[in-house]
Amino acid sequence: MTAELPLWLAIVVSACILLGALLTLAGCLGLVRLGSFYQRIHAPTMGTSMGGGLILLASALYFSVTLQRLVIHEFAIFVFMTLTTPVTLMLLARATLFRDRMEGAAVPPRASARPATEAGAPEKSE
Amino acid sequence: MSQAILDWSLFLAQIMLAMGLLAALVRMARGPRAQDRILALDALYVVALLLLVTLGIMNDSQTYFELALLMALLGFVGTLALAKFLMRGEVIE
Repeated sequence: MTAELPLWLAIVVSACILLGALLTLAGCLGLVRLGSFYQRIHAPTMGTSMGGGLILLASALYFSVTLQRLVIHEFAIFVFMTLTTPVTLMLLARATLFRDRMEGAAVPPRASARPATEAGAPEKSE
Repeated sequence: MSQAILDWSLFLAQIMLAMGLLAALVRMARGPRAQDRILALDALYVVALLLLVTLGIMNDSQTYFELALLMALLGFVGTLALAKFLMRGEVIE
């Protein structure tokens, strides 16, 4: 089966995999290099969204062509990761904010704790 | 020819993903506080999942997909429980 692998498939799959791996690596390097936790929490999402999407797309494409049928169950992982990553990171960021406030670190105060003149304006939920 | 292109790019991608794993491990070991370590664990399981997918393409086998799906499910639950623990000090109230 692998002997008659078409050239265009090899090139497309290779490009997707290499780009996805590069983006994931960039996200992980950002995790190491960025300064504060609130900056760092943005970095690994690159690996989960674009990097993961490209690698899973490459896998779906490869198996769809080599097995001669539609193989799209990789998208289940992609959809699941896209849905769950914001939830977990949101929860983690809120937990961190809560801990920082408890310790009196220099983070923005709660929206409900602001002065009344400011609270009248329509404001974002944190 | 095309098989060689695919093999080499898979090899390079696996090296890059392994470097990503190492970077997440560095953050997990160094991370000043608990939330940094949890964030590193989250990144770690995502990169390990992607490494499994590339291994699946390399070995022309679909078994790795099931492992990757399992990893995504369990990693989500694990990170959620740890974040909840940071917030409350207990997981189940």
